[in-house]
Amino acid sequence: MSDHDKMYSTKFQDKIERSTVLMFVVTAIAVAVGGIVEIVPLFYLPNTAMCSSALAGADATCNKTEHKDTSGNVISMDKIVWNPETSARKTLEEWLPGDGVRPYKPLELAGRNVYIREGCYLCHSQMIRPFRDEKDRYGHYNIAEESMYDHTYQWGSKRTGPDLARVGGKYSDEWHVRHLSYPREVVPESVMPNYFWLSDSAVDVAETVQTMKVLTIMPFNPIPKTIYTDAYIDGAAAQLEGKTEMEALIAYLQGMGNHIKFEEGVNYRD
Amino acid sequence: MEATQATPVKYDMEVVRWFTIAAAIYAVVGTLVGVYIALELAFPFLNFDIPYITFGRLRPLHTNAVIFAFGGCVLMATGFYMVQRTGATKLWSNGLAWFTFWAWNLIIVSAVVTLPLGFTSGKEYAELEWPIDIAIAVVWLSFGLNHLMTVAIRKTTHIYVSNWFTMGMIVMITYLHVVNSMAIPVSLTNSFSIYSGVQDAMIQWWWGHNAVGFYLTGGFLGIMYYFVPKQSGRPVFSYRLSVLHFWALTFGYVWLGAHHLQYTALPDWTGSLGAAVSLAMIIPSWGGAMNGMMTLSGAWDKLRTDYILRFLVVALAFYAMSTFEGPVMSIKSVNALSHYTDWTVGHVHSGALGWMAMVAYGAMYHMIKKLWGVEKMYSEGLVNVHFWLATIGTVVYIVAMWVSGIMQGLMWRDYDEYGTLTYTFVESVSAMHPYYAMRAVGGLIFHIGTLIALYNIVMTVSRAGATRAAGSVTAKA
Repeated sequence: MSDHDKMYSTKFQDKIERSTVLMFVVTAIAVAVGGIVEIVPLFYLPNTAMCSSALAGADATCNKTEHKDTSGNVISMDKIVWNPETSARKTLEEWLPGDGVRPYKPLELAGRNVYIREGCYLCHSQMIRPFRDEKDRYGHYNIAEESMYDHTYQWGSKRTGPDLARVGGKYSDEWHVRHLSYPREVVPESVMPNYFWLSDSAVDVAETVQTMKVLTIMPFNPIPKTIYTDAYIDGAAAQLEGKTEMEALIAYLQGMGNHIKFEEGVNYRD
Repeated sequence: MEATQATPVKYDMEVVRWFTIAAAIYAVVGTLVGVYIALELAFPFLNFDIPYITFGRLRPLHTNAVIFAFGGCVLMATGFYMVQRTGATKLWSNGLAWFTFWAWNLIIVSAVVTLPLGFTSGKEYAELEWPIDIAIAVVWLSFGLNHLMTVAIRKTTHIYVSNWFTMGMIVMITYLHVVNSMAIPVSLTNSFSIYSGVQDAMIQWWWGHNAVGFYLTGGFLGIMYYFVPKQSGRPVFSYRLSVLHFWALTFGYVWLGAHHLQYTALPDWTGSLGAAVSLAMIIPSWGGAMNGMMTLSGAWDKLRTDYILRFLVVALAFYAMSTFEGPVMSIKSVNALSHYTDWTVGHVHSGALGWMAMVAYGAMYHMIKKLWGVEKMYSEGLVNVHFWLATIGTVVYIVAMWVSGIMQGLMWRDYDEYGTLTYTFVESVSAMHPYYAMRAVGGLIFHIGTLIALYNIVMTVSRAGATRAAGSVTAKA
């Protein structure tokens, strides 16, 4: 400090400025508070989709989240998050749209790895906000449960291209192949790179199978072993053999956004 | 600023020199990649059907290069420079500083190799895969330990304000990097975050915004607090303001990340809390900007002749501008329009180009003269040319993004008289084309400035080297 400015603001401040240890400790505490207040509750409070890993029975909860229908009755959580124990459909292959949020099938998971590798999230969001125009353009707003199995979430932060959270079923597989291969042949104004080469590269079977295994041992929101059973993981390789990355990516896109059957007039975010 | 010593201290400055030169090189590389990907968005044929250079793979390379290669080398150069000079002591360990230098550069090289290959964790601004993440933690701590220990062995009574900011940055970035990078590997080149959905999003933006808050803001404020007084020859305007500014930012900035997730599936209270604290942060941010600006009171005339000071002052103006813009964008009704658009991209660049890069170059030019013991840069005129290119480039860039961002937001939400959406999404994409081209031009202007800076720096250094060599020859003879 300059000579004329030797006064200190408080004695404590003066003490801190004289001590390396004190400066370090006080700073380390000061910078920790905000993160703790905003992050830690997200592991405990409702509406954060931190779900019991067991998914035990119909009373399985996601941090006591209660979605209520228009007459005020609680919508059973297994209508929101698919639970093979209470559902009529017991396996991922039997699962139907509307049965609730489910983990990815092997081919979709391989496609998701491609999506992440190519940095799709840098131009496409997967998070529809509760606005009229977004409902008209993309569909129902997203809720927390929908990305509970998304380890490394893919909400994105920029829409150079449109949101993809509910792109599943919107276009045919053939459209996707053409569009992903040469976007400007389908949409002349598009600025997306050509991804035709995905049709020539085979999915990484070993890596996808390993991804499935890793997702079951996650400390938070692991994929239940009742869904990714050992037998299911063992059978994954057979489903992936001979598939291209193009097929995988399209499987991922087509599976997106139709897991929950949303009812009109229900506030799913409260 | 520095304690007057009977015998001059011999500082460890060789490593600072190397970090400074590396920073000047990475600025050129990082902005070049930026210009290229900007052109890809304007003219998609530039992806050339080569997977390694598609926008999706090069964009992380651009952000990592400018933030961690350029920004990191600037922070380490100035960090080691300031901590020695303000403490009137050599580095605690010169050897460790050299380890930091080489290992940090090795990390940068590994980023340049792995990101185009598609090895990414898929987290924005934290794309590098887990083996590199571990290396970053180790090298960062080597820098932190050296800085902390050098502060501890200082010869002065009080720790200078610049070092508070550097320490705050070191602690916070350690927290952020470790918590956000927690992942379970699938292979050597792939891993998945241990968090999912809402939790992963919040932790990601806690990282994302505080990398801005502590690395690109806190760290560079530390630079400002040393180099503005040094270059202007005036004491810091207010010591009390610097105390308030430091603690308010240190405590408050951490809360802001949630404002990136307004209206998402993140619980409403978290985003609102983040926005409320964001608004409050205008005060300390402007306190810091004022403190820097007012330091020049009585020395404003120097701006006419001192081109380096111009960099520092314009940096402060951009800092004040973007720390006003940021809180405004965090207000929910504004965010509803601005989120997902180019406005965010423009905001980042008004901070990154206008504030961070400008203050960095101001500090680098100042340091280079001291480090190589020269009176002047090779060409003071080129410093001025660089200043104007940097300023004009930044303004062109952010104006383009303001227009395109607000236009996107308005087009997406526009309804016609029949109550249907007026524009398809792709109409908004084609409407962006002129602004994407304009943004690339702005970036290119800025990039040319970095090239001129590098040329000027190299010429200055080589001349200084030649003079020194000639001097030693004469001495021997």
